Amino acid sequence: MLKFDKLVTNAAGRLVPTMVNGKPAVPYMGVGKYKPEGFRAAPRLSTCADYPADGNKVIPSLKEALIKAGLCDGMTISTHHHFRNGDLVATQIFDIAHELGIKNLMWYPSASFPCHEPMTKYLEDGTINRIEGSMNGALGRFTSEGKMKGLGVLRSHGGRYQAVQDGEVHIDIAVIAAPTADPFGDANGVNGTAACGPLGFALADSQYADKVIVVTDNLIPFPCLPWQINGNYVDFVVVLDKIGIPEKIVSGTTEITKSPDRLLLAEWSAKFCDEAGLIYDGFSFQAGAGGTALSIGIYFSEILRTRGWKARFARGGSNKYLVKMLEEGLVEYILDGQTFDLEGVRSMRDNPHHTWTSPFTSYNYHSKGNFSSMVDIVILGATEVDVNFNANVVTHSDGYLLHGIGGWQNTLFGKCVILPIPLFRDRMPVIRDEVTTICGPGDLIDVIVTERGIAINPLRTDLIEKMKNSSLPIKTIGELKAEAEKICGVPAKPKFTDEVVAVVKWVDGTVLDSIWKVDVE
Amino acid sequence: MGEIATTGNKGKGVRSDCFVTLELTGQGGIQLQVESKVAVMYGDSIRRETYEILEFFGIQHANVKIEDSGALSLVIAARLEAAIKKLITTNKDWLPLMLEENRYTTAKDRNRFSRLYLPGNSPSLMINAGIHKPDGIILDLEDAVAPDKKDEARFLVRNALCGIDFYGAERMVRINQGERGIEDLNYIIPYNVNLILLPKCENPEQLKAVDENIRKIQQEHNQTNQVWIMPIIESALGVMNAYPIAACSANTVALAIGLEDYTADLGTKRTAEGIESFFARSWVVNAARAAGIQPIDSVFSDVGDMEGLRQNVLRSKALGFDGMGCIHPRQIVVIHETFAPTPEEIEKAKKIVFAFHKAQEQGLGVVALGTKMIDPPVVKRAVNTINLALKMNKLAENWRETYA
Repeated sequence: MLKFDKLVTNAAGRLVPTMVNGKPAVPYMGVGKYKPEGFRAAPRLSTCADYPADGNKVIPSLKEALIKAGLCDGMTISTHHHFRNGDLVATQIFDIAHELGIKNLMWYPSASFPCHEPMTKYLEDGTINRIEGSMNGALGRFTSEGKMKGLGVLRSHGGRYQAVQDGEVHIDIAVIAAPTADPFGDANGVNGTAACGPLGFALADSQYADKVIVVTDNLIPFPCLPWQINGNYVDFVVVLDKIGIPEKIVSGTTEITKSPDRLLLAEWSAKFCDEAGLIYDGFSFQAGAGGTALSIGIYFSEILRTRGWKARFARGGSNKYLVKMLEEGLVEYILDGQTFDLEGVRSMRDNPHHTWTSPFTSYNYHSKGNFSSMVDIVILGATEVDVNFNANVVTHSDGYLLHGIGGWQNTLFGKCVILPIPLFRDRMPVIRDEVTTICGPGDLIDVIVTERGIAINPLRTDLIEKMKNSSLPIKTIGELKAEAEKICGVPAKPKFTDEVVAVVKWVDGTVLDSIWKVDVE
Repeated sequence: MGEIATTGNKGKGVRSDCFVTLELTGQGGIQLQVESKVAVMYGDSIRRETYEILEFFGIQHANVKIEDSGALSLVIAARLEAAIKKLITTNKDWLPLMLEENRYTTAKDRNRFSRLYLPGNSPSLMINAGIHKPDGIILDLEDAVAPDKKDEARFLVRNALCGIDFYGAERMVRINQGERGIEDLNYIIPYNVNLILLPKCENPEQLKAVDENIRKIQQEHNQTNQVWIMPIIESALGVMNAYPIAACSANTVALAIGLEDYTADLGTKRTAEGIESFFARSWVVNAARAAGIQPIDSVFSDVGDMEGLRQNVLRSKALGFDGMGCIHPRQIVVIHETFAPTPEEIEKAKKIVFAFHKAQEQGLGVVALGTKMIDPPVVKRAVNTINLALKMNKLAENWRETYA
């Protein structure tokens, strides 16, 4: 199977392959330009006759379940990242595959974390051919050095759903780790010791995979309510002692930043929103999990409290700070795709105003609309931004792939997208002539907030007009870039070979950019 | 094996700094090893600059290792120069470009609400200090630098004065006590430092010695820019000599108190309420006012307790202080907001100043508010309040046009 073929220049000016892992791929055509045709993919039909009438689908071990699901060479196996760095399930699947001598699997995770570093040995020995999903940390480094056999494919959360729905990716076996489940396969993430909140990342997999295995460490008698995953889609249920490490499931950047520089970014971002009139009674915002994004929530709260206003809804990962806003009445609804702490889990379980979402409801681009374009203010991060406002979230300036896309691309469709980022990290300027990898087209990125000034995308003449007399330091992106380079020096570009090691898909499934093998001297 | 010198910092948590190991070898040319987290972007420029600096100091044979955690060019240069000067004697200096925007001077009576302490050997804290808009930044060569790092800190502070933009903050350096402090001046006076903080000042002679040395160095460099002095009173004897210290030089703009050392000297502990230092604080305020300079309070050391800080500033303001030190950028906003005139104070000042102007327009000698006469010092204080409010954007420049 050919990893990739001839390269063409796409609408973003990037060289991309027209075939990816043996399948044709459409080069990126521009925002809103590519329109898919045809029909949804459909999974194989099943019949009740083949399933136990008493509803008990419990199988004694994961190995047996995988064998019964028909695990064999070349299959696509999907897992999900709702346990983040505390996941104990994904690696076990490939331990078993390795033990059985299975080769050439495609791992299709919704995201990967440092805990998945052991997968590198299965990528090396051929158990896994490639990852389509995200390649973080060690896996990214492995990919960047050209060691992965197949071509990596990076998709957004919405893009992942769409790829399954469109039939671009056919999942042979989906393994869904569930904090609570019943023997029929109904499952949720709001109860149990591994409680993590929603299971939305597994939704597409449950609906479209040939075989679905639910793995839990908290089996309860039918019915398991709420059923975020319906047992009607599930083939087998496996009970393990422990499926996740709770303190690592609800961890990460869920504390308000103490960095004075980042607090300044948060304060200016909130001030910008206020002065530009983006905050109003009934507005909506996307709350991220990063320390800076969390702090912006604190500043939003102050503004709302003073004016007696409310946000109609907040999108995105929830945590104790957002829950506090909900409970104080500053936010009416939380539409939650990913929960970052136990307060978030508790709120989702107990508060009808705090609901789980899936990439289908929030992000699926091949659908009759989704939530992302309804959000007023979206606060995001980036590793680099270029002078045309294109942004990168997957590679660093040294050329290495280190992160996944997550929901980042999907949320760019919000009405105002703001990136609060330091102008340079240590000595690495964030604003470049050209980003190492384009993940988000500049047409969709409106404002860059740095500690030395704020740049508004020239396309947003409305915002420029509104901020004409602002007390905030409004500058051009060129001025900001010059300022960083005056302090840090002009950075050299990374050296790459001409070998593509992964591609970045745009939300519509087209190929936005290529990631190149780094040239290690 | 030649002599080996090391400078700088490395290890977990170290950012924007580098660690230099230099060994003079006598033969074999320059053997340079650079390990950098920004190698892809700056590896070549680090190598090029290192060769340039070595050549400048006439070093032809050496093993050089630079372990870089994202240090700016001026930081690497300071570390390398410090290492070189540990091994050779030279009167040459490798100076970074003096930024045009760093050439400003400061007025005697400028606002000194906040001055942010920056450890003199920690580059990561210096780079972004100015963006938090303190009235002053202090590059500290004294207590914030470990004894064995004091020599190398001089080069870093010098290079920071040249090449880091503090965005209009008054550029201050706290020198060491005694002879070392006098030597420190050679590294900073020529590079447009605005103010020297003199620690543990106990008598006017100490201050005069610093003052004279500043003048001497300026003459050597043909410089005439104003360098202010702020002595810090940190002992019982210093408190007793506060007025003579405050009044002994026209270059002294403020008198500060340092309470950690003072309370230790008293044999007591520093408390949040500060009863133990009430006398000293009042005395220092009085001495400063008598000498016509600004009294400046000690730092508040619990950086997590913003409400405690606010209460502290309120007490400070009530005692008559014009500002205080801070050790974390987030303290700046609280200090500014609390030292700033309150809305009530501004309202009252507006009334008085408006009445004053009206009286002047009408050619009246006395200012009256209703039936109450207003004394000139009250008018003066009100004008000060208005000026401060204007400066802090708490009042519109044209407020009198709309005032009725």
